[in-house]
Amino acid sequence: MAIDFVLNGKPVSVKAPGETRLLWVLREELKLTGTRFGCGVGMCGACMVHIDGDRMFSCLMPVSEAAGRKVTTIEGLSPGRLNALQRAWLAESVPQCGYCQSGQLMSAAALLAANPHPTRQQIVDHMSANICRCGTYVRIVRAIERAAKET
Amino acid sequence: MLTMTRRQFMVGAAGLTFTVLARPLLAFGIDAKKINAWAAVAPDGTVYIVNPAVEMGQGSMTAIPRIIADEMDADWDRVVIVPAAADDKIYGNPGFRNMMYTAGSATVTGYWDSARTFGAQVRRVMMANAARILDAPITELSTQPGTVVHAASGRKLGYGDIAKVAELPAEAPQIKPEELKKPSEYRYIGKDVMRVELPSKVDGSAQYSIDVQLPGMLYGAVLRGPVEGAMAASIDDAAARAVPGVVRVVRMPVGVGVLAETPWAAFRGKDALKVRWDRSARGYGHDSEKALAVYSAAARDLSRPGKPWDTAGDAAAAMLKAAKIYEAEYACDYTYHAQMEPLNSVAAVAPSGDSCEIWCGTQSQTMAVAAVAKALDIPVDKVKLNLMLLGGGFGRRGHRDEEFIVDSVLLSKEAKRPVKVLWTREDDVRNGRFRPLSVHFLRAGVDADGRIVAWQHRVACDEITAFQDPLRYKGGGEKDFLAMAGSELRTYDIPNRLSEQLPQVTGMRTSSLRGIGFGPNKFATEAFLDEVAALHGVDPVDLRLQLLRNTPRGQAAVREVVQMSDFRRPREGRGLGFAFIDYSGTMVAAVAEVSVDKDRGEVRVHDFWCALDCGIAVHPDNVVAQTESSIVYGLGLALTERITFKDGAVQQKNFYDYVVPRMRDIPELHIKLLPTPNRPTGVGQMATPVVAPAISSAVAAATRVRVRHTPFTTDRVKQALA
Repeated sequence: MAIDFVLNGKPVSVKAPGETRLLWVLREELKLTGTRFGCGVGMCGACMVHIDGDRMFSCLMPVSEAAGRKVTTIEGLSPGRLNALQRAWLAESVPQCGYCQSGQLMSAAALLAANPHPTRQQIVDHMSANICRCGTYVRIVRAIERAAKET
Repeated sequence: MLTMTRRQFMVGAAGLTFTVLARPLLAFGIDAKKINAWAAVAPDGTVYIVNPAVEMGQGSMTAIPRIIADEMDADWDRVVIVPAAADDKIYGNPGFRNMMYTAGSATVTGYWDSARTFGAQVRRVMMANAARILDAPITELSTQPGTVVHAASGRKLGYGDIAKVAELPAEAPQIKPEELKKPSEYRYIGKDVMRVELPSKVDGSAQYSIDVQLPGMLYGAVLRGPVEGAMAASIDDAAARAVPGVVRVVRMPVGVGVLAETPWAAFRGKDALKVRWDRSARGYGHDSEKALAVYSAAARDLSRPGKPWDTAGDAAAAMLKAAKIYEAEYACDYTYHAQMEPLNSVAAVAPSGDSCEIWCGTQSQTMAVAAVAKALDIPVDKVKLNLMLLGGGFGRRGHRDEEFIVDSVLLSKEAKRPVKVLWTREDDVRNGRFRPLSVHFLRAGVDADGRIVAWQHRVACDEITAFQDPLRYKGGGEKDFLAMAGSELRTYDIPNRLSEQLPQVTGMRTSSLRGIGFGPNKFATEAFLDEVAALHGVDPVDLRLQLLRNTPRGQAAVREVVQMSDFRRPREGRGLGFAFIDYSGTMVAAVAEVSVDKDRGEVRVHDFWCALDCGIAVHPDNVVAQTESSIVYGLGLALTERITFKDGAVQQKNFYDYVVPRMRDIPELHIKLLPTPNRPTGVGQMATPVVAPAISSAVAAATRVRVRHTPFTTDRVKQALA
């Protein structure tokens, strides 16, 4: 059965069993590997994408539920040029191994979209959905605050 | 010893900036004896520099080329970084048994001399050629980045222009140590720069092995037995084969593999397998809760000598003469690496079976190639390695058998197609290799003047090195370095010492894990020293300064962190704890400030101060980043992380029952580097072991109760306070 949705601004149609998690369709069928597999149970956030602008664990979401919706991945966050968050991520040298950082950025982008000038506590509450095993947390906070200042 | 050929200089033409190549340049693989295998200059001025290490977030991919580029006086903007071919003889780490093995925080320190020498050779050859071309004495020449300058005539020659017509000596020039740059002359060392692979890590384009896709590739999932070595006694794969997308089920030497058209089908197929495991494997029956009592008894039984690790003077005799003996027992649970990228690997075995290409994230290029060659019974030069970025390592990816890579190779051989083997997080935990369970029995003998004159540390724990790397274990006098490191107290002025291991043979899978033996051993020794200080009525900082009387750099770190944290100032409702370690020459002093919720048993770390002296900091901001990372990692090991076993099987499954630190758990971090002109030492894990003892002592300061068993779970804290 074909499932149609809008991916990073462009319509796509995929054929996959409906219960297949969106993550695996994005990565292996649509070749957008920036969205990463970390736990498969919505505990780490490495797979974070935006669905109609809200962040969502793509490892939990059956691809059938994406039908008719707008899906944004790290590749579609700011195509062609880095946005303020990504620039702030570089300015603060946030990534270490980098594996979780797509998900961190997607979480942070969703936060700033809803709340352009979050408090420190709001950042911490929101970002605690994402795990970074390299422990880059203090730099993530700084980068979000830097990006918030710029916009 | 090493020379460059003209051909070497002709390599490449693209004027790329900050390219990181995915594969070794062909020219870097040939006849290593005659070539400086580390750097090449192209006619367009591009400079190729080899990176011998793997990149798992620690920054070596930038640091080693920076060191070479500095001594070469290369223009950093014209550098292209090239991965080293898998060859220990050329690229092995002189500071790590000449192995290509990115571990032990040993990369910068291990390659420090050779990297600078190789860079200096290139500069010398550039200058010799410029002297000939400009017809000027070499003594009148100097270099600026990418350029040789003849100041007297105002003429300049770019490295690329020199490369076009360079004549190369038969032997690379000898560089004497005193001819290397002095620290005041460094251009890049000691200066911050963006890590070269960072841009790819903010737009999703970074490539880990899990991201590799090949035409015709199948997906593999592997069900392994609950304990190491368990074999499938019977396999019912009817339901697995019925899963749409499953191609076939493969019995493997250890475990059962499912090949499928998609990852989702492979996982569902694996979940549908019904396998009965034979119970002859050693690990069955192991119960980590019950084992604690066994380990404790072994550690406390002084009539039973252990395997000595560190000895000085005569600890037993000195103990007998001591005015007072203090004793305490500490314990650490099994812990798991939890690197964010679950283990995976891609392999394409030739249908003939006589060659193979792999894409993987390993901590040792040469171990990976050797393990694959062994599994296929082919020569190592028939294995082509594509080293990918690592989504975390922490010691998990450097085992001699490289089992997760071999999984993909065996399945590809069966399928005669490329295969990507994916472990789920549950597989990664279930098949985990853990920092062992350990019980530490410590004794300190103090003389009438209050000086510690005798020290004994008995460590009962599962063996690590024998399991992780049997070759190294046998070749290294059967010393369990990975478990016992850090139990030696060479920096402390204690004349009579004995640390010894009581190895517990359990059949559990064990591993180096960030901080290796320093983690458990420094927790025990530093927390115990804090106890001894309190019982003896001595200030814990003064005690350390006394013990460090022969180590001025250690004293400086201690004094710095005391000042940073305002350690002497009491805080209402808070406790401060201090700890110091010398980790392979890196001096780390730390203070934790905590509060304890006595009803909930919750330890909250509010602030953490750390002063660190690693000698010359090649990339200072990255040293700070690694220290932040080490502290956060240590926080999890201290407070929440634990693996338990029942009947030999791991009880935890995923991040819901193996709890790692999140942003909400992180204290304010205050880190200060103490720059000293000493040889650089490690930074990738040095602060991890200092965290647990600092917190334990802070809890003691806040509550007058000592927690002696990591992690300090709420149950344990409540029990200790009751």
